[in-house]
Amino acid sequence: MADGATPTVLNPEVVKSSGPNKQGYHSFQFGGFEFARDEYFVHIKWPKGKHTMEVDRFLRAMVRDIGWGFFYGWIFFDDVFGTHNHYGTVDIYAGAYDQGCKAAGIDFIQRFTAESVSKAFETISRDWISEGYDPLSAPLETGTPMGSKGKAFEGPLLRNFTPAKRMLGLPGDQPVRSDDTGTPVNRAFDDVAFDKPDIEAEPGFEGQLHAINLFDHIARSDVTWNPSMTAITKNSICCVTSEEHMLPVIHGNDRNEWFFQLSDEIHWRIQDKNTGNPRGMIVMKAGDVCAMPADIRHQGFSPKRSMLMVLENGSPELPELYASGKLAPYPIEF
Amino acid sequence: MAYQTVFGSLDSYEKGSIELNDDLKHYAFSNIFEVAGKSKPFERVAVAKNIEYVAEVTKVDGQGPWYVAPHDEFAVVMDGEVEFTFVKLDPAQAPAGGQGAKQLGGQPNGQKMGKVRARRGHQVLLPAGAAYQLASSKPSVAIIQTLAGPVTVERWSEICTL
Repeated sequence: MADGATPTVLNPEVVKSSGPNKQGYHSFQFGGFEFARDEYFVHIKWPKGKHTMEVDRFLRAMVRDIGWGFFYGWIFFDDVFGTHNHYGTVDIYAGAYDQGCKAAGIDFIQRFTAESVSKAFETISRDWISEGYDPLSAPLETGTPMGSKGKAFEGPLLRNFTPAKRMLGLPGDQPVRSDDTGTPVNRAFDDVAFDKPDIEAEPGFEGQLHAINLFDHIARSDVTWNPSMTAITKNSICCVTSEEHMLPVIHGNDRNEWFFQLSDEIHWRIQDKNTGNPRGMIVMKAGDVCAMPADIRHQGFSPKRSMLMVLENGSPELPELYASGKLAPYPIEF
Repeated sequence: MAYQTVFGSLDSYEKGSIELNDDLKHYAFSNIFEVAGKSKPFERVAVAKNIEYVAEVTKVDGQGPWYVAPHDEFAVVMDGEVEFTFVKLDPAQAPAGGQGAKQLGGQPNGQKMGKVRARRGHQVLLPAGAAYQLASSKPSVAIIQTLAGPVTVERWSEICTL
């Protein structure tokens, strides 16, 4: 919790609290939070306050949050509302990391089992997403979530969230994207020629040498802002992702992570993690490398679909080491 | 609309910018082509570090030394073409523990496993316990995902924007 108090872990069922409203949507109660939507906005209430978000932003954040398993650390849907992952339990907060809300005394946090939050977020998303809108696609590649409820969305809510175990394309591991997997090269990378690496294994070593076209794999992603694991050595995790428009969350990591801009450019807005106070901007161009320290929030803006590689340290003890101050919140002393 | 994708290379890259009300050392902002361009061939210069884990940038120019690591490593070619040659090391020469890549004193003893030729955007598995050598007929660049070891070079104050 933000104030260090020992929290009670709740395990409630999400319940329909009212509806459908005249736009066709139900409202939902989950713990101390109530969620409602209309044609344009999501309205969140908690015992001490309420907040309104634009619906596209909310759904893009919520569906990714489920798919990521609440990711590393804090996922701010916006400056007020979000989740904090404790790996097994999850805090949902409103205003807890916003100075204005805290000063007004309307900040609120509740801790839940991760399973109950997943279920709640999926139930709400399924009620509020109609056919023709895909929150994982870039805005130019999908319909709008605005308006009254349409035909029910029946497909899988999540895709491309399954991590590789050792390296993409190895026998028994996750496949590399291709025409055969139904993932053509995205329109934004039509100008790039992709070829395959040449592998010449000596007799007896067939299948032991392995290489893929990683850029081709990224170019064929049909989701944005969704890092997927491609290569893992011990707890070092290499993730790649295609980025277009804006990261629909503000990420406050509980560890240091590293960004490698593989193509094009992304503009990152950097804020203090606890207060949200601005620290400035980083513009990363092709070939740039930058750490995202453990004491910031960051949000990316990608004017053209770009390729990003992320290196994470997946060691489970890191959040506690950073939170306790045993590790500095930045990666290198020099 | 026709899009134009921008990649960097040793000969052509444009570094971005970092404008923060914070200590820029905490962000260790660098550019792999700039780092490679200022490095000796086959130096393995760390550009990212997560406690014991690193990503190294290396300029491949000619035929490099032989390396081996006790764990998997992965290389992504970012410019040019790199030939990776692999040998299954005899147990006597195989690394016993430790972390990161080690340079072999000479030629590896063991069976030839084969070669991989990789170009921009290709990711190559450098399997645990296999000796490998990188070679290129013209300057090329690769990123290696590994653990910090005896051949890792750290010179952050020289490579980072401060």
